[in-house]
Amino acid sequence: MRRNPRELEQTHRTLSRRAILLGGAQLAFAGALGLRMQYLQVEQADQFRLLAEENRINIRLIPPARGEIYDRNGRPVAQNSQSYRIVMVREDAGDVDAVITRLGQLVELEEEDLNRAMTEMKRSPPYLPVTVAEQVSWRDVSTVAVNAPALPGVVPEVGLTRIYPQGSDYAHVVGYVGPVSDYDLKQIEDPDPLLRIPRFQIGKVGLESKQEARLRGAAGIKRVEVNAAGRVMRELDRREGQAGADVQITIDSALQNYVQARLGEESASAVVIDCDTGDILASASAPTFDPNLFVRGISVADYRGLTENPYRPLANKAVQGVYPPGSTFKMITAMAALEAGLIGPDDTVWCPGHLEVSGRRFHCWKRAGHGHVDLQNSLKQSCDVYYYDLALKVGQDKISAMAQRFGLGVRHDVPMSAVARGLAPDRAWKQRVHGQEWLVGDTANASIGQGFMLASPLQLAVMTARLATGRSLSPRLVKSIDGVEQPSGAGESLGMNENNLRKMRRAMFAVSNDRRGTAYGSRIIEDAYRMAGKTGTSQVRNITTAERARGVIRNEDLPWERRDHALFVNFAPFDAPRYAVSVVVEHGGGGSSAAAPIARDITLQALYGDTPPLEAYPAKDRPRIQAQQDRLRRARPDADIRGSDRA
Amino acid sequence: MSYLEYSVKYTPTGLRKVLYLNWPLILLLIAVASIGFLMLYSVAGGSFSPWAEPQMKRFAMGLVLMLVVAMVPIWFWRNMAAVAYLGSIVLLLAVEFFGAVGMGAQRWIDLGFMRLQPSEVTKITMVMLLAAYYDWLPARNTSKPQWLLVPLLIVLLPTFLVLRQPDLGTAILLVAAGGGVIFLAGVHWAYFVTVITAGIGLLVAVFQSRGTAWQMLKDYQYRRIDTFLDPSTDPLGAGYHITQSKIALGSGGWTGRGFMQGTQSRLNFLPEKHTDFIFTTLAEEFGFIGAFSLLGLYALIIVFCVTTAMATRDRFSSLMTMGVAVTFFLFFAVNMSMVMGLAPVVGVPLPMVSYGGSAMLVLMIAFGLVQSAHIHRPR
Repeated sequence: MRRNPRELEQTHRTLSRRAILLGGAQLAFAGALGLRMQYLQVEQADQFRLLAEENRINIRLIPPARGEIYDRNGRPVAQNSQSYRIVMVREDAGDVDAVITRLGQLVELEEEDLNRAMTEMKRSPPYLPVTVAEQVSWRDVSTVAVNAPALPGVVPEVGLTRIYPQGSDYAHVVGYVGPVSDYDLKQIEDPDPLLRIPRFQIGKVGLESKQEARLRGAAGIKRVEVNAAGRVMRELDRREGQAGADVQITIDSALQNYVQARLGEESASAVVIDCDTGDILASASAPTFDPNLFVRGISVADYRGLTENPYRPLANKAVQGVYPPGSTFKMITAMAALEAGLIGPDDTVWCPGHLEVSGRRFHCWKRAGHGHVDLQNSLKQSCDVYYYDLALKVGQDKISAMAQRFGLGVRHDVPMSAVARGLAPDRAWKQRVHGQEWLVGDTANASIGQGFMLASPLQLAVMTARLATGRSLSPRLVKSIDGVEQPSGAGESLGMNENNLRKMRRAMFAVSNDRRGTAYGSRIIEDAYRMAGKTGTSQVRNITTAERARGVIRNEDLPWERRDHALFVNFAPFDAPRYAVSVVVEHGGGGSSAAAPIARDITLQALYGDTPPLEAYPAKDRPRIQAQQDRLRRARPDADIRGSDRA
Repeated sequence: MSYLEYSVKYTPTGLRKVLYLNWPLILLLIAVASIGFLMLYSVAGGSFSPWAEPQMKRFAMGLVLMLVVAMVPIWFWRNMAAVAYLGSIVLLLAVEFFGAVGMGAQRWIDLGFMRLQPSEVTKITMVMLLAAYYDWLPARNTSKPQWLLVPLLIVLLPTFLVLRQPDLGTAILLVAAGGGVIFLAGVHWAYFVTVITAGIGLLVAVFQSRGTAWQMLKDYQYRRIDTFLDPSTDPLGAGYHITQSKIALGSGGWTGRGFMQGTQSRLNFLPEKHTDFIFTTLAEEFGFIGAFSLLGLYALIIVFCVTTAMATRDRFSSLMTMGVAVTFFLFFAVNMSMVMGLAPVVGVPLPMVSYGGSAMLVLMIAFGLVQSAHIHRPR
């Protein structure tokens, strides 16, 4: 079929026309694409560049190393140690359950940890590592490493964790750290982003908590490049954080260890203060616990054991516990009277065993009475009537003021948890708090440290140190931070008449050195180290008239929680005081029998810087002391090592 | 029918044909393919495997195929058009029954050495048959309705089969390319106006059918359209691709972030970075200059095709060449629109650049046809 040339020509023209049209349209569209390209890549380039950077760059925090804590001799108290943990990345593991099962055959896994890990894994993105086991041994780490091919996504990691090498000795003073809880976060107004790191450790109790700001340090920042799945591809740059400040405390580990051991399993506490500087050399509360248990999370059973113990091991009784100071308060009453000029040189008071105060009979602990007593004898024998009489003359407000000058009823600024203020009541206080008139009977009660009076062992030690030095000594726990010495607690003069103070010290000396003194049984016979002290026995119950008529029930016959608290305060050496000590044995019975021996042993330990020689003790006690020393030495196997590097 | 009816005065023979090849077009194709190798090397993180090397081998094979096809006189191909078309329809049917499933659709037949996508082959055989049909059809019958039924069937049969796979992107390309050839053949304007109006009606119907028993598209196709219309509705889901693609493009700026420095592609923010989204990597790493250069090369290829088509007096050659140009244009226009957020993500590769065997080989064969038409044009 031959085609018509004209028709051919025509169709060709049509085709060409339409080809140009279509080609033109195509080029026009290409031009439009070019414009779109120009719009995206030139006009909006900056905006998209920013978005691309946001896509790829992630900012991660580098947790700083927590500051370490040392005792006054540089002995580590709280340290960071490398700990190994096993983490798992869900994304890499594939079949999580199978891998966990295999891991469980190689390494011992805690049920609790596993459950937590499984929930965490479900919640977090698949590429984030989740801790499966913490504080695993190096052996477990190598087991995991060797079996890596069979354990996809399982990686051993190194991290820092807190350890307390001295264990239970510092449980109350230094406290412990633990993972940040939701509760902790809620407490803080604008939390440090570090706290958002899962399982970041912060101070929970004690010095760890109080010095958190200095110990924590500042977070470092690293910028990492991540891919679309969020996996870190490489590190772009990092700014190292600031490690936390090291804190040196005033406690002497050797002494602390001794005191803790000496208190044993009693519900008791003791404080030793340096009379020159106010340094707290020891502050122990018994029974105690191992703070290391809390670092990784204490088990429910262990925790219940601690909270349900009637001796309250978790409480730091040395600063939190407040007790009626009992007779240890008598120095304050006496000082108030002396400073008021109410006691003449030869003044005596007749003690018939009781004193009638506005129609109520106030008893002396000695029913038969002490007869004529002067200041020194009254303190030595702890005559109550003498102080009833003094207090009625001086008045409560002056006694209260004097108590506060000696640091009672005042919150001492030491970085421990829940430091108690105690109470040195005056008339206005009762009106304000109880809405009642202050009665003369209240004054009589307060004069012997009963009634409303409350003081903590720390306050009693401070009071004793102030009596011994005449200076307004304040307790100091932190010796230096990052090598910077903290202000000393030596303090200014109290501004009291030195003669009056000397009288008090002599009276206290008589308490523990005079044959008729209440603490004569706990004297020190080494002349250079003679101590002056005061016993205290504070009632925790009212003795009714009826009971008194029948005869007061002996402490040993009462249930534990109704027995008297036993207290003792002392300083030594008498001539040049170096240490002030207070001991409180909860429901321990009499101060002279339960508290004074402990205080004496602690004092000697402090003075000798080691186990004291038996020659310091009265001859007839030596066999018993020898046995006690042997027992304690066995209880503190590393005591010799601790003692050896004492400065 | 004889080719001599076009009063051929001179036809090159033997090796002389090589001299008469459209060399600029070949150079353009090599340039575009080289850009592809470079980008495949880059998205593999600076490695010839797994993409750049096979792609280079395939391109070499494609070049040989193109030359072989070019050497064969165009009238032979015209005579083979119907056979080729029927062959591709058989392949489409085969893929319907034996095809491998990938990306939620049946698309390829595994031939052992390569995965053959019959839908790609069909794009060219359909154009060939349409060109042959209009070459045969007397011009006066072109616009007569009864003579329009055959070309419609030629277009709609493969379209229907491809939609069943389901491959919406290819289906649209087939309809558009077929429509292009029919338009070039000189069919009356009125038909196109009618069809486009009907098309809009159909579009409305497609949307109206959503969620009903007679829903016309698969759910994922609807979702793609949704996210195209508003990517922000699903920034981490389906809209993620479009958003990330635009970020990659835009962050390239004038000169780009540098070869292998594109963070979006290197860090896997881009989906299918070696196939459908390879253009974003180019735009990110070589910026506006790089991206616009590729667009320029594509435009030049179109221009060469149009001039080749207009230079020949042979109707089959013209229609065939223009059909190839339209197909080629649709490839890059749809792909670029898609990655620049101007069209929904329908799964169309960037021609000669995206990793993939079938599309490249088919295009090379198509350009072989264009070359053959160029060599054997009536002079």
